Amino acid sequence: MSKYLIMIFQDEVVSIEDAGESVSADYVAFMQRRGAHLLNGAALEPPETATTVRRDGSGGFSVTDGPFAESKETLGGYYLIEAADLDEALEIAKEIPAGIGVEVRPVRVAS
Amino acid sequence: MPPVASSEVAAAVANAHRHEWAFVLAATVRVAGDIDTAEEAVQDAYASALATWGSRGIPANPAAWLTVTARRRAVDIRRRAATAQRALPKLLDLQESDHEPAHDAQEIPDDRLRLIFTCCHPALALDAQVALTLRLVCGLSTADVARAFVVQEATMAARITRAKKKIASAHIPYRVPGAVELRERVDGVLTVIFLVYTTGHTAPSGANLMRRDLAERGHELARMLRVLLPGNRDVAGLLALVLLTDARSDARVDEGHDLVLMQDQDRTKWDRPAIEEGVELVGEALQLRPPGRFAIMAAIAAVHDESQQWSDTDWQEILGLYELLLEKWPSPIVKLNWAIALGFAVGYVEGLAELDALGAEPQLARYPYLAAARADFLAHLGRLDEARLAFEEALILTDNHTERTFLRRRLSGLQA
Repeated sequence: MSKYLIMIFQDEVVSIEDAGESVSADYVAFMQRRGAHLLNGAALEPPETATTVRRDGSGGFSVTDGPFAESKETLGGYYLIEAADLDEALEIAKEIPAGIGVEVRPVRVAS
Repeated sequence: MPPVASSEVAAAVANAHRHEWAFVLAATVRVAGDIDTAEEAVQDAYASALATWGSRGIPANPAAWLTVTARRRAVDIRRRAATAQRALPKLLDLQESDHEPAHDAQEIPDDRLRLIFTCCHPALALDAQVALTLRLVCGLSTADVARAFVVQEATMAARITRAKKKIASAHIPYRVPGAVELRERVDGVLTVIFLVYTTGHTAPSGANLMRRDLAERGHELARMLRVLLPGNRDVAGLLALVLLTDARSDARVDEGHDLVLMQDQDRTKWDRPAIEEGVELVGEALQLRPPGRFAIMAAIAAVHDESQQWSDTDWQEILGLYELLLEKWPSPIVKLNWAIALGFAVGYVEGLAELDALGAEPQLARYPYLAAARADFLAHLGRLDEARLAFEEALILTDNHTERTFLRRRLSGLQA
């Protein structure tokens, strides 16, 4: 089995409107169906609540308001999953009920 | 066994390289566990064939000999890596692979489909899929793959390494997809094979119109897939398309290496057995509902191939097929071909109006065949000044030497 991180992306506008809503029935159904594969996961507060901490290159930090990368698509949540291979991970990814799309990244295995 | 002449050995090894590479590599991946180790082991097996077949004789089944040798070598490589790392436990299948497998090809599973589906996995970029297929399924060297796509060898090596790394770290599976996703995944494989074929059929640049070797590789891949998926009608459609297009290739250039348009080709030079085989396959491919895009394109090629002469061409039939193709696959390039068919089926004025409308299409902005088609229709309509401009535009966009010579000839024909 391999581990993958599935990052769920949303339109910025939607993510602001949805804030504070409880977990939708679709998500509950998804988590029940795929529970055996889900190791961990969370929904995130909207991007305007984000704080970015960057190294300034001389040993210090700059702390700024807002997400790391400005974009119309924002990270709305994630799942850490376990799957036999990429095909199975992609199948699970397609079943995630919300967002505009997801990114599936293999978790690095120390060798 | 009496010694065999070295030239005979070299020929036998070259033949096995051309025809058995995919089988041997695919069967070795299982034992090797990863593609890189399998590749190294297979290369060693071919080297060992070259070194030993002279004294021991050429085996009756070279593919089986090479597979057994490569698998044993893969086990060695893995064992050495395991010893070097020490942390790794003894690999499970070593014991099983240690005993001598029978030199019988029947007992070696044909894993070529797995290899092809892994190389053409949609999680890889299309150019990487093409490169991997040529490298791993056809056994081309990285230098040859780079030459085929006119990029630096280092660029191609990096592309292949990156793709292999993704296969390993993202765990792209080594298996044939299930029934639900099969048609979509087969379409991905067919796209890669067709791209190999078309890149060879009309080389994007260079002195020759065709890169014969690359077109042949595409042809061989289409045939290999037909053998591996005999009942698949989309596969039948692609093989039909390749056969029906390739059948005309000897007539596409004249003795002076100049391009000859289909309307001027000597149709006795067309390959009749290839056309017959292609037409039969089209019939089979079109039984699928809805028909695949390669089947429709093959049907169009079949209409041309079965016309006794250019003036007999059934343009209404071709136009109808392009309309069907447009419904399924509404790309600007299909639209361009449809507009050309409209010009021949209905009239140059109507065809030209559609070609002009396509001028706004960003995907065709640097596509020379749009300008060339406009030039041809304008010339037919006697609008010579505009035709001249359009031929000049096509020339600017064309890098292939043979095509450039042809366009210059058309241009000077107008001025005369």
